Amino acid sequence: MNHILALIKKDLLLEIRQQYTFYGIVLYVASTIFVLYLAMGQPEEKVWNGLFWMIQLFICVNAVAKSFLQESQGRMLYFYTVAGARDFILSKLLFNAGLMIIMSIVSLLLFQLLLGNPLHNPVRFIGFVCLGGCSLSLVFSFLAAIAARARQGAALMAILGFPLIIPQVLLLMKMSNTAFADVIQAGLVQIILLLVALDVLVIALAVILFPFLWKD
Amino acid sequence: MRQYWWKILSIVLLIYTFIAGFLVPLPYETAYLNSNLYESMRNFFFHVPMWFAQLGLITISLVYSIMYLRKPNPTYDIYATEFARTGTVFGVLGLITGAIWANYTWGAAWSNDPKQIGAAIALLIYVAYFVLRNSMPDLDKRARVAGVYNIFAYFIYIPMILILPRLTESLHPGGQGSEGNPGMGGNSLDAKLRLVFWPAVLGWLLLGAWITTLRLRVRIIEEKKHSV
Repeated sequence: MNHILALIKKDLLLEIRQQYTFYGIVLYVASTIFVLYLAMGQPEEKVWNGLFWMIQLFICVNAVAKSFLQESQGRMLYFYTVAGARDFILSKLLFNAGLMIIMSIVSLLLFQLLLGNPLHNPVRFIGFVCLGGCSLSLVFSFLAAIAARARQGAALMAILGFPLIIPQVLLLMKMSNTAFADVIQAGLVQIILLLVALDVLVIALAVILFPFLWKD
Repeated sequence: MRQYWWKILSIVLLIYTFIAGFLVPLPYETAYLNSNLYESMRNFFFHVPMWFAQLGLITISLVYSIMYLRKPNPTYDIYATEFARTGTVFGVLGLITGAIWANYTWGAAWSNDPKQIGAAIALLIYVAYFVLRNSMPDLDKRARVAGVYNIFAYFIYIPMILILPRLTESLHPGGQGSEGNPGMGGNSLDAKLRLVFWPAVLGWLLLGAWITTLRLRVRIIEEKKHSV
C-alpha cells in the first residue's frame, strides 16, 4: 500500500513539475471540442451523447498513452525491483483513473459551454462521467503497458483497444441516455453493476498479467 | 490408428453432415408456417458450427497462451498463434455464411445485429493480435506480450458476447424483438435436426483442429530450419 501511494505521489510530482502532460491534454480536449463546435453547432441530444463519449475515447487514448511511454527501460527495471510489478500497475491504474476523471469533467464543462446543455439530470450524468472515465482509463492503461512493451505509440493502442472497449462504450451510452429525459429506465442499476463488474474484471486481469509483461 | 482416428471421425461426420443436412425433413412449422426460412434453414448445420469451431479454436489458443506464460516454451507460442489463426478463418467463414443467409431471410446482408457486431469485433481483436505480434522482432518478447494480449482480449471478449445481445434488439433467435425468425431458438430444433446439428459441430471443430495441426507441422519445420 505504501509503495502504491509513493508511486502515485511520484507521478503527481512529475505532473506538477513538468506541467506538460496535464496542460497538453487539456489543450487537446479544448481544441477538439472547439473544432467540434465549429463543425456541429449545437447538436441534438442523441448526437451530443454519442459525440461526448467518442471524444472521451480519444482523450483517454492520448492521456493514458503517456503513462508508460514516458518511462525509460532502465527506470522500469528500477521500479520493478523497488516496488514490484503489482504495486506498479495498481499505482498506474489509480493515477490514470484519477487523471481521466478530471479530464472527463473538464470536457463535460466545455461541452456544456460550447455544444449546449441538453441534460435533464446533470448530477446523474456527472456520476456516469466519472464512472465512464474510470472504466475507459483502466482498459487503456493496460493496453498502454502492452503498447509500450512493443515499443509502439498510441496508434497500436487504438488498434488493440477499440474492439475491446466496445462493451463499456455501449453500456455508457445506454446508461447516459437516461440523463437526457426525466424517464426512469428499467434496469439502470443492473447496467451500472455490469459496468462495475467489468472494471473489476479488468483490474484483476491487469494485476495477474502485468508481472508476465514486464519480466525480462 | 491411435494417432489419426479423429481425422477419420471428422471426415465421416462431415460427410454425414452434408448428406443428412440436405436430406433431413425440416419441421414444417418453424421452416414454413411461422417464418420465411424455408429450405435455407439447412444453413443452420453450416453457419452455426462455424461459431462453435471458432470459439473452440480460440479457447485452445488461450490455453496455449496461458501455458506459455507459465512455462516459456516457444512451441506453445506457435500453437497459440496457429489456433488463433484457424479460429479467425472460421470466424470469417461464419460471417460469410451468416451474411448470405441474412440476405435471403432478413433482407440485407448486414443489419447491425448484436451477434453480427460481436463477430466483427472478434475479427478485429484477432487481427489486432497478429498486428501486435508482427510489431515485435524479438521472439521471446513477442511471444510473451502477444500471449498477455491474447488472454486479456479473450476474457473481455467472452463477457462482451454475453452482454451485447442483451443491450439491443436482435434478429437472431433468442434475442429481444421478434422481427426475424423467432422459430429458430435452440429449443425449436426438433430431435431429428439435433441429431444432425451436434455431429456437425464436432465434425467442423475436428476439421479446424486438423487444419491447424497441418499448419503447425509446417511452422515447426520452418522454426527448426531457422534455428539450424
